[in-house]
Parts: sequence; structure tokens; C-alpha cells
Amino acid sequence: MDGIIQFEKVHYKYPEDERESLRGLDLSIREGSFTAVLGRNGSGKSTLAKHMNAILTPTEGRVLVGGVDTADESKLLDVRRQVGMVFQNPDNQIVANVVEDDVAFAPENLGVEPGEIRRRVDAALKQVGMYEHRLHAPHLLSGGQKQRVAIAGVIAMEPRIIVLDEPTAMLDPQGRREVLSTVLRLRREKGMTVVWITHHMDECIHADRLLIMDQGQIAEDGTPAEIFSRVERMKELGLDVPETTGLLYELRQEGLDLPLDALETEACAEAIAQLLR
Amino acid sequence: MLKDITLGQYFPGDTVVHRLDPRTKILVVVFYIVAIFSAKGWPGYALSVLALAGCVAVSKIRPKSLFKGLKPMILILTLTAALNLFYTQGRPILPGWIITWEGIARAVKMVLRIMLLVTSTFLLTYTTSPMALTDGLELLLGPLKKLHFPVHETTIMMSMALRFIPTLIEETDRIMSAQRARGADFESGGLVKRAKALIPILVPLIVSAVNRAYDLATAMESRCYHGGEGRTRMKQLRFQTADFAALGLGAVFLALVLILRKLGL
Repeated sequence: MDGIIQFEKVHYKYPEDERESLRGLDLSIREGSFTAVLGRNGSGKSTLAKHMNAILTPTEGRVLVGGVDTADESKLLDVRRQVGMVFQNPDNQIVANVVEDDVAFAPENLGVEPGEIRRRVDAALKQVGMYEHRLHAPHLLSGGQKQRVAIAGVIAMEPRIIVLDEPTAMLDPQGRREVLSTVLRLRREKGMTVVWITHHMDECIHADRLLIMDQGQIAEDGTPAEIFSRVERMKELGLDVPETTGLLYELRQEGLDLPLDALETEACAEAIAQLLR
Repeated sequence: MLKDITLGQYFPGDTVVHRLDPRTKILVVVFYIVAIFSAKGWPGYALSVLALAGCVAVSKIRPKSLFKGLKPMILILTLTAALNLFYTQGRPILPGWIITWEGIARAVKMVLRIMLLVTSTFLLTYTTSPMALTDGLELLLGPLKKLHFPVHETTIMMSMALRFIPTLIEETDRIMSAQRARGADFESGGLVKRAKALIPILVPLIVSAVNRAYDLATAMESRCYHGGEGRTRMKQLRFQTADFAALGLGAVFLALVLILRKLGL
């Protein structure tokens, strides 16, 4: 079955680079899924993300979003309004001096009628829990709050997919929790398709699919539990495993009979408690 | 220390002046500027000062913050005063002196004129959010689109620049602290030495500003920005009764100053 986002043998090379950033990548993302993407720096994660809303188009192969080829310039806005994109640095994606004006930016660009923009802006701000701050200046907000405003700015387009490119990389633990729980709620309540790019292992455990990128290709593809339980393979790819898996792995090395797929802290504690009983 | 830069700063408030349509305020300021450049005699100047004082009072902006905006102008003001003082022909105040009565009068008027000019525009930016200001400007300049003047592009650049002022100020503070931590000294030494000390601040600042611009452009494109064509606005600007009243008052004021000028006052 075709996914809502479809990569077919995608190659991409930045003009200034020698090496290809994406090397013949095939990928299908199912509607309504939560896909996490992990990979070390330079593995092609961000390049992958930028292909999802036609910021970059493949040098070879093709990307289909909702059946539309991203290389088709006449359909550019159709693609971009379906795929909301949130970036790493919240400061560099906020365009207005007032929170609500910023959230209104995308629908204004799409030529939505004013009353409808107002409705969407209020709804989006309520969904991310920033409605009370709608008249604030963005630069006075915390990192987590800014990133939630950025998410609101994207969902005001009413996209089907939201792609987040390392949205928590510049945030403190509190901000990371805020952003992650906002996205999880959006997915639950609106059934949005989520692509979450990160290098924090523990943010991947909520995903129903985990992709590991390495050298412009997908090195591993499966559920987080499956992939993280292959601890040696993860180390080989230059990645860590979540602390829970790490602990279980160490204990297994000591000869204890523990499962490796208990990712949540509670599940992990439960597994160990059971062994002790 | 950099927090005192007042350029383009907005003090939110809820007075009549704040609520006026930005187009009204821009037009009234234009009227005002025409008026102060037309004013000739003391009555005209007195009227201009009173009019501005009235607006400031209604806007509830503290006069102190307006005067702060004048600080960087001190050099220009002094220079203007000095030139007019020494280079105006007329009756010397004491026999043999180069300073004349006419010179004093002209110096005072010129300084007053610049002060009024600066203060009135500051009052505009203090009481109007940058977004409203650029929106108003875009609509007012709308007719120029017919002449292929890039109105939308110009105003969106202005609003982005205003949006990034606080961000870049924060960045500058951060870079200065970082350089200070490595022993950089920005306070001592002569003019040349201090100017040289700015290089290690400016270079990283510009590099980061360029990177930000790239990020911003990508983010704007991702949010379907494709120029001004077919763009709508959430906040529609509409003229209210107060706007017509303000425009009327502005026009009456300008007319009065012009009549005074005709009368040679």
C-alpha cells in the first residue's frame, strides 16, 4: 500500500558536496503513524526532512506527498500546505513580533479569508496550550514555549503531516517534555501523521516506527523496541540506546535473564522487579 | 547595556493614539513633518510644539522615554546650533561679535525643528506595533505597485528587520560576554582601539545573522510564503470615527501653520 509520503530511490547531492547526502533511499510513511528518525550528524536526517515538503527535490528518483510529485513546481503549495515543518531553532522560524500574528502567517500566505484565519489561529494556539500568550512578544517566551508557537504556526495551515527536524535540540529538559507531549497530544486528538527527527533516544520510545539513518540510507527500520534491543548494532552505527535498554543490556551481560524491549521506565522497573521476586 | 536601543521600539498601551489605524498615524506624522518644515515664525513653532505635546499627553507615553530617543542626536543638534549661530548674518548681539540675534533665533528654530521631527516619528513607533506599521505602510504605498515598485517586498523586509532586532541584540550581548570571558576589553583605550575591539563582535554577529536569514527563508517557504500575491490578512485595517477625527485635526493643524506662514508669522 502506498504511504502518505513515498520516497522512491531518492538520491540527493548538495551542489557544494562531493558525496551524496541521500543514496537511493526508499521509504513509505503510513498515514496517521508516528515515525521517529535517528542518526548521527551528517547521516542525512535533515536532508530527508527537507525532501518531505519540497524545500529540496531529489537529484534522482522521486518523492510523492499525498500522491503529488514534489518536483512539480505548479503543485508546490499543495505539497507544502499538507506538510507542516518545524525546525531546530525556534528564534529563526518565528516571523512576527506578536505570537498570534506569527501563527497567522501561513494561513495569510494561503489566502485564507480573515474570519477563518482568526478561527484557525485561536484553535491552533489552544491546541498547543499557548492561547493565554497570544498577545506576547515571542522573544520573551521560553524555548519550549517558542517551539510550541512554531508548532501552532504550522498546524494553522491544517496540514495532514507534521515533520519536526530536531525540534528539541536547543531546549532544556522542561522544554523538551513540553514539545514532545504537545506533539503526542496532536497526534492523539487530530490523528496527524508525525515524523520526528531527533538524536535523543528517549524521545523515540513513543514512536510506532523507528528509522535509523546512516550515510544517506536507512540502516534500520522497525519498532523502537526491536531496534533498541540490538544494542551492539546501535553502537556500531555510532548511536546510544535509551538508558532503560542500556541498563537491561548491562544486567544481561552479567547473566541475568531480562528482556531488552522494556523501553518505558515503568516497564523496565517492572521487568527487573519480576526477576527479583 | 544594549537594551536601551529605542529604535523601532513599541510600548504597548490602550489609548486613543494606540488604537488609531496605523495609516492614520503615518499620514498625520507626514502632515506634521510638512508643517514643521513650513513653519516660519514663532507662532507657527509654538503651535507645532503644543500640538505634539498634546499628542504625547493623550498617548500616555512618558516624555522621559521620548527624550531618551533624542540622546543620540546630541551631536547633530549641537552642530546645527553652532553652524547657525556663527554663520548667520545680521545684527551682532554685542558690537564686534560674530554671534547675531538672527543667528540665535535661527539656531533655536533649527534645533527645535529637528527635535520635533525626531520626537514625532518616535511617538509613531512607540505607539504602533511594528507589524501594524508595516501593514499600514504597505497599504498606503499600494498605488506604487502600479509603477512596479516592490511594495510588499520592501515592507516585509522592514518587518523582518524589526522582528530580529531583539534577537540580534541578545546575540550581541552573548557574543560580547563570550569575548569578555576571553579577556577582550571594550571599555578602555582611544577611539581607534575601541573601534578595533568591535571587530571580534561584528564578525560572528554577521555570520550568525546570515545563517539566521537562511533558516528564516526556509521556514517562511515551509509556511507557504510565496510573495505578496494572493495574500490575505487576519487583522483587516479599517478606518474608524477616531481616525477621521485625527486626520481632520491633522489637516486643520497643517492648514493653520500654512496660514501663519502666509501671514509671515
